[in-house]
Amino acid sequence: MKRRTLISGNEAFAEAAIRAGCGFYAGYPITPQNELIEYMSRRMIAEGKVFVQAESELASINMIFGASLSGVRCMTSSSSPGISLMQEGISYLAGCELPAVIVNVMRGGPGLGNIAPSQADYFQSTRGGGHGDYRTIVLAPSTVAEIVKLTPLAFELADKYRNVVLLLGDGILGQMMEAVDEDLFDIKTKEYPKPWALRGCEGRAPQSIKSLYLAPGALEEVNLRLEAKYNQIREEEVRYQELIDKNTRVVLVAYGTVARLCRGVIRKLRSENINVGLFRPITLWPFPNQRLSEISKTVKKFLVLEMSTGQMIDDVRIVLDRSAEIEFLGRTGGSIFSEDEIIAKIKKMLKIK
Amino acid sequence: MKSIYKKPISLNGVHTHYCTGCGHGLVHRLIAEVIDELKIRERTIGIAPVGCAVLAYDYWNFDVTEAAHGRPLAVATGIKRVQPDKIVFTYQGDGDLASIGANETIHAANRGENLTVIFINNGVYGMTGGQMAPTTLMGQKTTTTKLGRDHKLHGFPLPLLDMLKVLDGVCYLERRSLFSPAEVIKAKKAISKSFINQIDGLGFSMVEILSPCPTHWKMSSLECLTWIEKEVTKTYPVERVK
Ligand SMILES: Cc1ncc(C[n+]2csc(CCOP(=O)(O)OP(=O)(O)O)c2C)c(N)n1
Repeated sequence: MKRRTLISGNEAFAEAAIRAGCGFYAGYPITPQNELIEYMSRRMIAEGKVFVQAESELASINMIFGASLSGVRCMTSSSSPGISLMQEGISYLAGCELPAVIVNVMRGGPGLGNIAPSQADYFQSTRGGGHGDYRTIVLAPSTVAEIVKLTPLAFELADKYRNVVLLLGDGILGQMMEAVDEDLFDIKTKEYPKPWALRGCEGRAPQSIKSLYLAPGALEEVNLRLEAKYNQIREEEVRYQELIDKNTRVVLVAYGTVARLCRGVIRKLRSENINVGLFRPITLWPFPNQRLSEISKTVKKFLVLEMSTGQMIDDVRIVLDRSAEIEFLGRTGGSIFSEDEIIAKIKKMLKIK
Repeated sequence: MKSIYKKPISLNGVHTHYCTGCGHGLVHRLIAEVIDELKIRERTIGIAPVGCAVLAYDYWNFDVTEAAHGRPLAVATGIKRVQPDKIVFTYQGDGDLASIGANETIHAANRGENLTVIFINNGVYGMTGGQMAPTTLMGQKTTTTKLGRDHKLHGFPLPLLDMLKVLDGVCYLERRSLFSPAEVIKAKKAISKSFINQIDGLGFSMVEILSPCPTHWKMSSLECLTWIEKEVTKTYPVERVK
């Protein structure tokens, strides 16, 4: 029999990162992701890797900058207010093309908000909360097992593209415990050479890592090169999951915890012979534009569900424009949906009493 | 013929962008000389600040990165913790180290990170046009203290180096200046010691250097040196603090 292990989402991020070769972690406590930093403090040191409890998220992200430019796989984690503090650092990582993995276990905002689950950092994650022309890859797992699958992928994509990769969870996903096949943790990741890393100039000419370009036109050239990289990511790294067939009448568009809730709703409605489908972006950036557009050729009703007042829906609107009916259902400020309210909304869309 | 003066290998043969009489170029050279003498060039990683010295990577002939404003010591912590065999140093202005980055400074020092910090105290924010720095002297005029620094409005000059003395993680603190050739030699000795401490694994070492800024002090190069000797050293005595 396969060995299974009972583990929380927060600890799964941590363990999967260690298995993926994370050599440096720095973090600052914040609910609802404290289990992650606590787990790292034990396991990183036991593994002979580096753990630093930083004095702030400003320090965490800049420690990550230092570890990353050394050529070491590195990660930090936080929840919404802490991720806000990291934005300048993320922009510098982007400007210097340094790989890094950042976990955001989202909580309610704005401000101190609350410590309940939320998806209100979608704009911040996909639009880039920091300054300048840059993009971060955003992966949104919806189960603990998927955390274990996507975390190593995050490290691989970060190295492959020399880019920041955000792993976006929420308070439910972080705190929830699930049984996960142990061999899922044994994923091998591809390693990429890092000739750009600063390790001292022995045997080569001195190098620098920087994001300042003062000469006229120089920064534009860099930004256009970055944009070409982002275009390659848009082409090659789109990921999604769908549960749609030719009889589907409404497609629910949701990610993370909300997508998981939708699966229960879909099961219930299908037992009533109401065929509702699911489109779940796994990469929030790059957003799966093309596939969503294809789906809209056959299905004309979409319901976007988010734990926010509506952020991902902007991406859905950009794709679908006026080619389909788009409705929205959101809960905000840390509140979550009941299956019944989702079902009522779908029935209303289908004019079913 | 015996050569008694030449360009250190650790310094690139290029013109710097620094103003006439500025201290940055001189301290760059002292650091380069020390790195040559200690034969650590090939395993040194420097961190340039946001400030007048941001382009230091063009002037030093070893690996250099650039940190966000105030964050060199967090970046240095990341580098040194994963590459403990390398020699890692930060080069920071007083705005960078003592204002926006004061928290990073205190905590890197308190953790006893095995790092070298070269702290350039020129009493102003040079790069942004000569505004008040945390180190600006009482009564000193800057572009944001037109009538002179007034403690009721601006607080007092921050003695960050001295504040670090009480921290157990700190190994070595010294304040030097550049106002005479003898002082320059002492400054170099202190810089050298701060690197040797790191080589020996002794922990956090910081050298503060009182440095002239003729452009923003609106003085000649020579007047700057006299000002440092007569005025700046009253608030910031040149001495070994720890
Ligand atoms: C977050 C942020 N705030 C402000 C600035 C603007 N800025 C650039 S350098 C600087 C002050 C530099 O002064 P100091 O550290 O004393 O170095 P100096 O230029 O005098 O050598 C400031 C405020 C910035 N680049 N980033």
